[in-house]
Amino acid sequence: MSHPGEPTITGSSVADGRAAAATATTADAAQPDAATASAPAPGWSPAGVRSRNWARLPLGLIIPAALLAAWQVASSSGMFTVVQLPPPAMVLAAAGELVERGQLGTHIAISTQRVLIGFLVGAALGLVLGATVGLSRLADALLAPTIGALRAVPSLAWVPLLILWMKIGEDSKVTLIIIGAFFPVFTTVSLALRHVDRNLVEAARAFGLKGIRLLTTVQLPAVVPAVFSGLRLALAQAWLFLVAAELIASSMGLGFLLIDSQNNGRTDRLLLAIVMLAVIGKITDALLGLAEKWAVKRWA
Amino acid sequence: MTAVLSPLPAGAGSAHAPALPVSFQGLRRTFGSGSAAHTVLRDVTFDVAAGEVLAILGPSGCGKSTLLRAAAGLDYPSAGAVVIEDSPVHGIDSRCAFAFQEPRLLPWHTLQANIAIGLPAGSSAKEGKAKVARLLELVGLQDFAKHRPREVSGGMAQRTSLARALARNPGVLLLDEPFGALDALTRIKMQDLLLDVHRAEPTTVLLVTHDVDEALQLADRIIVLGPDAKGQGATIVRTIEVPGRRPRERASAELAHLRSSLLETLGVVGH
Repeated sequence: MSHPGEPTITGSSVADGRAAAATATTADAAQPDAATASAPAPGWSPAGVRSRNWARLPLGLIIPAALLAAWQVASSSGMFTVVQLPPPAMVLAAAGELVERGQLGTHIAISTQRVLIGFLVGAALGLVLGATVGLSRLADALLAPTIGALRAVPSLAWVPLLILWMKIGEDSKVTLIIIGAFFPVFTTVSLALRHVDRNLVEAARAFGLKGIRLLTTVQLPAVVPAVFSGLRLALAQAWLFLVAAELIASSMGLGFLLIDSQNNGRTDRLLLAIVMLAVIGKITDALLGLAEKWAVKRWA
Repeated sequence: MTAVLSPLPAGAGSAHAPALPVSFQGLRRTFGSGSAAHTVLRDVTFDVAAGEVLAILGPSGCGKSTLLRAAAGLDYPSAGAVVIEDSPVHGIDSRCAFAFQEPRLLPWHTLQANIAIGLPAGSSAKEGKAKVARLLELVGLQDFAKHRPREVSGGMAQRTSLARALARNPGVLLLDEPFGALDALTRIKMQDLLLDVHRAEPTTVLLVTHDVDEALQLADRIIVLGPDAKGQGATIVRTIEVPGRRPRERASAELAHLRSSLLETLGVVGH
């Protein structure tokens, strides 16, 4: 989950927190009417933090560029044979060739489709069951032991059974990804709901909120940050399970490209598949990160 | 604050439920069971007239909040009952509105939306919007309707909490040390605001406080809860009528005398 940009994010959010704390203190100490002048406008952020955000993209590219350079040096210096480590240009050429034959697009599309369907279904199930177990003691007592035991089964142990039941097709692969995406969402949501500020829930109950309205007004908004960390874990798991499913039995997809290239000794295509997994995985995670940013701003 | 708020907005007093009388009948609350059981309140019996402001004083941990929570239906008494008008409280009671010691606002809602949480079920969108706007004006927050709770001061958050309670058109307004966490100056302003609100919407008010001066300023009557000698749970040890019409002169000699007498009841001698 970590990437080169991470330290910068942490740094700026710490700065944000401090600034907010300082403002709150001033506002609390002052009279309410005087405090209005110092109360920050919505969306306020210190100029320093904003300028550092602009520097994040170039900073994040430094290490990938360095890796690329090191790769080039290592492959051209004779340290490795071409079969062990083909130079970047060869990988690029392999990409060009696959694009020309129309295969790279197909591999990427089918893999992305599997991940998205599996992720969406798994996350939705995780959200619903997580909410049920997190909110109801009865459901917790009834379901938690079983779900906990299922979670303890190593994911790949399901593969033979899934293939036996569903044959080698889309269903068995997507189901494996659903299993992978379900557990992180289920665990984070059910735990977070149990720790929603009791005072807030009690206040809302005192004003007559209950059931679905209490859930949508207080409990779900309160766990939005936790839900998103669960979703991001689930997305990473979905990609992990995709490759596992495709490595074992498939005729298309990036996992198939990996195993097929290994069998044919095409290290260039193998590296291409790895680079594609890194790039697409990072893009999907970044998109989810954008949604998270919006949601946390809206709900927290 | 008074200057900001007067004259009161037109219609601020309209469309509110009539003030309701409350009767506490032999209330007892025991927490835990068996050998771990300990009684917090026992034999608490008193009546509050409709429209009266009653302050409940007592040292911390004596069960003041428990008493209030029983009236709201947030807590069940082990024995006895709270009767509002002529029906006992059973579960969350829509005739009451509660303002807690902390503002307890939803951080993801604007002040406006937080106040709207208090609106009684079944009020129309248009009605509700008008009522929230009126209450924002009543508590002097009309310019902060779209702010989030973290963007305003503690006093403003507490005013929002009071407006949310008023949005419910309560027959009984329950205030659990609502100004306890505020600085001294803001607290005095909030007390004045409460008196203005009570003039505009003369509902029954039960105010839990540990501040003797606050009780003397705001209440028609004060009851003092205290533990008995054996520590078998707190009960009413004193009831006094507070003389004079509100707003009362803070420096009055009569109140000063009552103040030291009340402090003595609370176990603080020589002030």
